[in-house]
Amino acid sequence: MDLTYTPEQQAFRAEVRAWLAAHAPRTPLQSYDTREGFEQHRAWEAELAEHGYSAITWPKELGGRGAGLIDWLVFEEEYWAADAPLRVNQNGLLLLAPTLMEFGTAEQKARFLPRTARCDDMWAQGWSEPNAGSDMASITSRAIRDGDHYVLNGQKTWSTRALFANWMFGLFRSDPESSRHHGLSYLLVPLDAEGITVRPIKALNGKFAFAEVFFKDVHVSVENRVGEEGQGWHVAMATAGFERGLLLRSPARYQRTAKRLVELYRRHRGEAAHDGTLRDAVLRAWMGAEAYTLSSYHTVARLQHGAKIGAESSTNKIFWSELDLDMHETAMHLLGARAELIDDPEVHEWLEGFLFAQAGPIYAGSNEIQRNIIAERMLGLPKN
Amino acid sequence: MDFTFTEDQIAFRDAVSRFFMTEAAPEQLREVWETGAGRSAALRKKIAEQGLTALSVPEAEGGLGMGDIDWALMTQELGYYAIPDSLADTAYLAPGLLAGLPAGHALRAQWLPRVVDGSCRIAIGHPVNPWVADAHLADLLLMAHPVADGCELHAVPRAKVELTVLPSIDASRRLFEVRWHPDTETRVLDGVAGAPQWAATLDRAALNVGGQAIGLAQRMLDLATDYAAQRKQFGKPIGSFQAIKHHLADVVTEIEFARPVLYRAAAALAAGEPDASVRASHAKLACAAAAWTAARKAIQVHGAMGYTWEVDLQMFMKRAWVLDAAWGDRAFHRARLGAALLDAETLPSIGPGTTFA
Repeated sequence: MDLTYTPEQQAFRAEVRAWLAAHAPRTPLQSYDTREGFEQHRAWEAELAEHGYSAITWPKELGGRGAGLIDWLVFEEEYWAADAPLRVNQNGLLLLAPTLMEFGTAEQKARFLPRTARCDDMWAQGWSEPNAGSDMASITSRAIRDGDHYVLNGQKTWSTRALFANWMFGLFRSDPESSRHHGLSYLLVPLDAEGITVRPIKALNGKFAFAEVFFKDVHVSVENRVGEEGQGWHVAMATAGFERGLLLRSPARYQRTAKRLVELYRRHRGEAAHDGTLRDAVLRAWMGAEAYTLSSYHTVARLQHGAKIGAESSTNKIFWSELDLDMHETAMHLLGARAELIDDPEVHEWLEGFLFAQAGPIYAGSNEIQRNIIAERMLGLPKN
Repeated sequence: MDFTFTEDQIAFRDAVSRFFMTEAAPEQLREVWETGAGRSAALRKKIAEQGLTALSVPEAEGGLGMGDIDWALMTQELGYYAIPDSLADTAYLAPGLLAGLPAGHALRAQWLPRVVDGSCRIAIGHPVNPWVADAHLADLLLMAHPVADGCELHAVPRAKVELTVLPSIDASRRLFEVRWHPDTETRVLDGVAGAPQWAATLDRAALNVGGQAIGLAQRMLDLATDYAAQRKQFGKPIGSFQAIKHHLADVVTEIEFARPVLYRAAAALAAGEPDASVRASHAKLACAAAAWTAARKAIQVHGAMGYTWEVDLQMFMKRAWVLDAAWGDRAFHRARLGAALLDAETLPSIGPGTTFA
């Protein structure tokens, strides 16, 4: 057990801190679920990429800097400590990219990853369908092979930021005779292709945070298939594992929230004193964020010693989503009657976060599905 | 940065686990409870032969010179096998106090080699605990005595204390009210010198309890998982039902996120970091809570069988329940966290980037 950062890691932290202090926007960008806010975020992504900070763990030739996972944790800590903008292209950076690294051809990686790092390509997900939510193997959207392309028909939904994305990765049934998780293929679909309709869905916060995407005889080149035809489930599950696992929600995000909550409590300790449960909830927030951080460092250490992340990534997803919800609920209680005033400067971020936290236990595989995965794959309990 | 254990540490842990599996099976432990003393000299001798009692003793005094980080693994094994013995008081906490004495101090030479060879038992009395565990068999009691300028350390032979036994719901516990009189003959450290030693002992003891709690949680999870896989209702194993799966998945998650907290606290204590006490309290709270969750879910999964004396689950549940308030109850440890995080004049160093700073 060695709990010191190397001189190189310390130097990297100092470098990131200095760069963010000089470059991070001084005033918050508008929500990336508005057109104007999206463009602001895209410009920020381009600036990050220009200085090699967009995707530091990727190989240099693909737009990264070949950094290790400890460097990634350090980068995230500095990024969140600096109150830098949310990452608008996280679908592409955190979900698609690891899949392309593992299953993509050299051509696909060269074609898509550098553009994704710069946010020249912005990615939407194409998993859920109206009748395939938690039961994702019920996908019915089809991609029927016709020579050197597939013809897509069907519908995807809950596609985050599809309104502003120009590409989608998703699962389509390429074998019409197949059922469940067989006969699916993982495709990269240009959202400007003929036959695609994107219909925005207004989310809880009143913004068009996600969309339905309709496909009518959409032609997609076979070059855009990731992995073998019919192996899409396998490819997608790897992505889902990354999603729940380490990368999607770095611990620094929750440490920042916990710190803000401690600060909120300290500002309102007079009112909070009337309700002892609030004090306990704030302590639990700090403990939870610290536990998530320690767990992440422990996981990274095990990965460095050759371990693989398996079903335990499901415990991560449950933990961070419920922690996030608990912390924001506590903030609402601390703010009291003011908590509904969306323009109050002290309230605004908490209220936006509170609404977004409601989605945490649902997206990226509902927490009920995660609990099934833990019970079946970690404990070996029977599926049926 | 390498926040995990070495292969040697894991191998030692695995060897100790195999040893307890064969030498301290539940039916053997039940036999030991039935005896008046509630402790087995034969088991203690075998434990010493495994090297466990030598772990914390400095190499100069014949020990292995290891410490808190190694014990973070070992205490989990003590919990997993519900070892009915305050082994860690003798082998972990006492050497911590004795090794804190100046080199050449008579007590070191007198007791540390005996800790190593397993020929003595040392009980620890601290004001946070109203009672002293295993005082009846102790060859020596190390007692804290709070005074105006700190906390004195006294070394008291058993002949100089009066004991009243206090039966516990945990049949493996042996608790005593201890009456004794501090005097110059028993005093080893004055208040000023003793205070930091006792503060470290309290943190170390909190980790000891935390580690045992996590081991207990893991054991109860394993027992409930086995039961859920075998017990059939409605024509299939109850472990195939989502309600059961979700109970057990919650236990898995709580354990997963308590263990690294224990490890970080152990490292903080070993390195003498200034916030070691905050981390120890966090670890104790997280681990004990995981053990209580495991007990509650495990008995539910066992159904009425879990409420019987016969099924071994009770041994682990009771230990988890009683250890929760040992070496500081939840209020005590929450108050320590609250004082550091919420009440301190200035905001402490928290937030992204502070966990290992």
